[in-house]
Amino acid sequence: MTTVHRYDAVIVGAGGAGLRAALEVARATPRVAVVSKLYPIRSHTGTAQGGIGAALGNMEEDHWEWHMFDTVKGSDYLADQDAVEIMCQEAIACVYELEHWGLPFDRTPEGKIAQRRFGGHTRNFGEAPVRRACHAADRTGHMILQTLYQQCLKHEVQFFNEFHVLDLLLEDNVCRGIVALSLADGELHVFHAKAVLFATGGFGRMYKVTSNARSLTGDGVAIALRRGIPLEDMEFFQFHPTGIYKLGILISEAARGEGGILRNRQGERFMERYAPTLLDLAPRDIISRCMYTEIREGRGIDGKDYLHLDLTHLGREVIEKKLPDITDFARTYLGIDPVREPIPVQPTAHYAMGGIPTDVHGRVIRDEKNTPVLGFYAAGECACVSVHGANRLGTNSLVDILVFGKLAGRHMADYLRGADFAPLPKDAEGPAREECQRLLTSNGAESVARLREILQREMMDKAAVFRTREGLEAMLTTLKELKDRYRRIRLQDKGKIFNTDLQEALELGYLLDLAEVTVVSALARRESRGAHYREDFPKRDDAQWLKHTLAYRINGEYELRYKPVVITRFQPVERKY
Amino acid sequence: MRVLLKIKRFNPERDRAPYWAEYEVEVEPVDRVLDALEYVKWHLDGTLAFRRSCAHGICGSDAMLINGRNRLACKVLIKDLGSPITVEPMRGFPVIKDLVVDMEGFFAKYRAIKPYLINDELPPETERRQSPEERARFDDTTKCILCGACTTSCPSFWANGEYIGPAAIVNAHRFIFDSRDRGAAERLAILNTRLGVWRCRTIFNCVEACPRGIDVTRAIAEVKRALLFSGT
Repeated sequence: MTTVHRYDAVIVGAGGAGLRAALEVARATPRVAVVSKLYPIRSHTGTAQGGIGAALGNMEEDHWEWHMFDTVKGSDYLADQDAVEIMCQEAIACVYELEHWGLPFDRTPEGKIAQRRFGGHTRNFGEAPVRRACHAADRTGHMILQTLYQQCLKHEVQFFNEFHVLDLLLEDNVCRGIVALSLADGELHVFHAKAVLFATGGFGRMYKVTSNARSLTGDGVAIALRRGIPLEDMEFFQFHPTGIYKLGILISEAARGEGGILRNRQGERFMERYAPTLLDLAPRDIISRCMYTEIREGRGIDGKDYLHLDLTHLGREVIEKKLPDITDFARTYLGIDPVREPIPVQPTAHYAMGGIPTDVHGRVIRDEKNTPVLGFYAAGECACVSVHGANRLGTNSLVDILVFGKLAGRHMADYLRGADFAPLPKDAEGPAREECQRLLTSNGAESVARLREILQREMMDKAAVFRTREGLEAMLTTLKELKDRYRRIRLQDKGKIFNTDLQEALELGYLLDLAEVTVVSALARRESRGAHYREDFPKRDDAQWLKHTLAYRINGEYELRYKPVVITRFQPVERKY
Repeated sequence: MRVLLKIKRFNPERDRAPYWAEYEVEVEPVDRVLDALEYVKWHLDGTLAFRRSCAHGICGSDAMLINGRNRLACKVLIKDLGSPITVEPMRGFPVIKDLVVDMEGFFAKYRAIKPYLINDELPPETERRQSPEERARFDDTTKCILCGACTTSCPSFWANGEYIGPAAIVNAHRFIFDSRDRGAAERLAILNTRLGVWRCRTIFNCVEACPRGIDVTRAIAEVKRALLFSGT
């Protein structure tokens, strides 16, 4: 039996962006619900480690204009500069707000919020690294997630935990709600709403080696695509330089912010050759490429596909006090004490710069003229404002979720005052029910785990840091085969209660769609920019490609359109560090 | 290597009572117990239910009883356990299915101690000042990931499920000892009951169970001391 709920606003996802938006909407109406497939404090925001960037200037001179410049340059000039300007200005207030809500930042001797260096963040437009990342040891994301959840409890925001979103109710360009599956009992729930915000996070699980949680399968992004929303800049996927070898678990950039050094098999600090000014604190896209170059040229450790992150010169006190969690990870998973030995690392799939296109108010837009979809919002990693362009700087994901979670929530609150409940579509839960039934009754011989393994392995091989036309075309063929096989899966669990067999099948469906958009967008972009590197087109080409991709799926076929980049203060120039 | 995994299973749609199921799994010594559970789910029996997300000890989804001790499945390696490995749901919570337990009661206790900064004073335009020493005072208890490992390892909780439990006290401690908070008296009053801190018998199971290395018993003792000296 389907239950129908009615809320002014429904927020899907309980990470930082969703919770921050919920707090803002809750100021205007108590009728706000957060729907999340995890318990809120399990969300992936909690694993962010190193810090949140804001030009507080607590440790040395800093200005939001410098932060803006670094973000634009880091993005390889693809970010929309009007949005970046807002983000870097608002970051400061957002950090103070978190402190006022009780976030336990580390402190300077004077009692101010402590700040550290981070990749790509500089003083005076690129001169040298600056201390901008506000931190709470190496568990800043954990503290942000907890603080936001605590505030939601204080303001009595209503939660539907372990509800998996299945569909977006969208007709005539007006959003009407969502459909979700309650994992505990397998029942469908319709949430009728005046406005919906997707804050469903990223989709790093399409790659074999990733820092992303098991749950990061791009649910909201894929559902938006299936409902006719284009996806923006999906070819840009960030690989973080320092994942634990084979496991992909993140070792924060803060390790290099505190002085850590990357070394090859000869013990050489190879970044000296590639980025003489910022060295190991160059942006992530550049360092990940340099690491793969070192590995390809035989300078990986023991000739294998990893390098060393060396912290041994920092001393026990710095390592254990400022980087306690990553020290624990190295000891637990590798049996290595970073005080005495270097950590084996390799690039790990980390962050989707692309996603559901929005304006600076979090409104989802449906075309290159920025036409908004009424009542549909997105924020956080699932969204593309675009503030990260072709490559995100470290700490800016936390800035993004707070600033645009807040701004989206604020706009939603205004929108709710003037909006009515648009009627639900006929048989609102019908398509979601059919999808679940199809998966549950599909009687082929294919296994979800097997197909997912092939997807992750092939994407890692053909659509990761280095890309070519041949590789991407082969990947498209593989994806067509995988999608065909996906129609012939067989689930073992046919029950209703906590059916994670069904959930994993749904998630694989999302990943297959998103991998396809990623590859289609990457194949079309015949240049190299930020995280998208085409070996067959190794140069950035502003004349042809200084534009955002919008990928539509129409009757199963992809159509690509393009949208100009907003350039205000900083004209594109060659990117050197 | 091959390892024998014994999992306590229960599906209310199918089973009248919990039972032990045995699986031979192919794993590496450096794999996590979570990898072994996923091996079962992906290759042997897709009906197995367990929670997991980040898989490196931060999200708190996969606390369970492993070889008789509360651990996170993603934070204990096969090589440290040998074979066979037994896996059961955490004790004292209703089982929804297999290793998935109903944590609603656990979170209700967390909510009961008012887990948010209480301070109605107008904040400054920038940050409130807090010295590094004041910040260090409650550092240990900020690490809690609400996995439930401490509470469900506590004999006092097994004896009386109404006991507020170590996790809620840890989270109260996090605010009581924060120099910016003004809600200590309210929280101490909530904890100063028969089912509050005084039910802790300093058995130390919680300290051993905590995957974040929080000195839980010490935090509880500090709350008790605060009560004794606050005159309430």
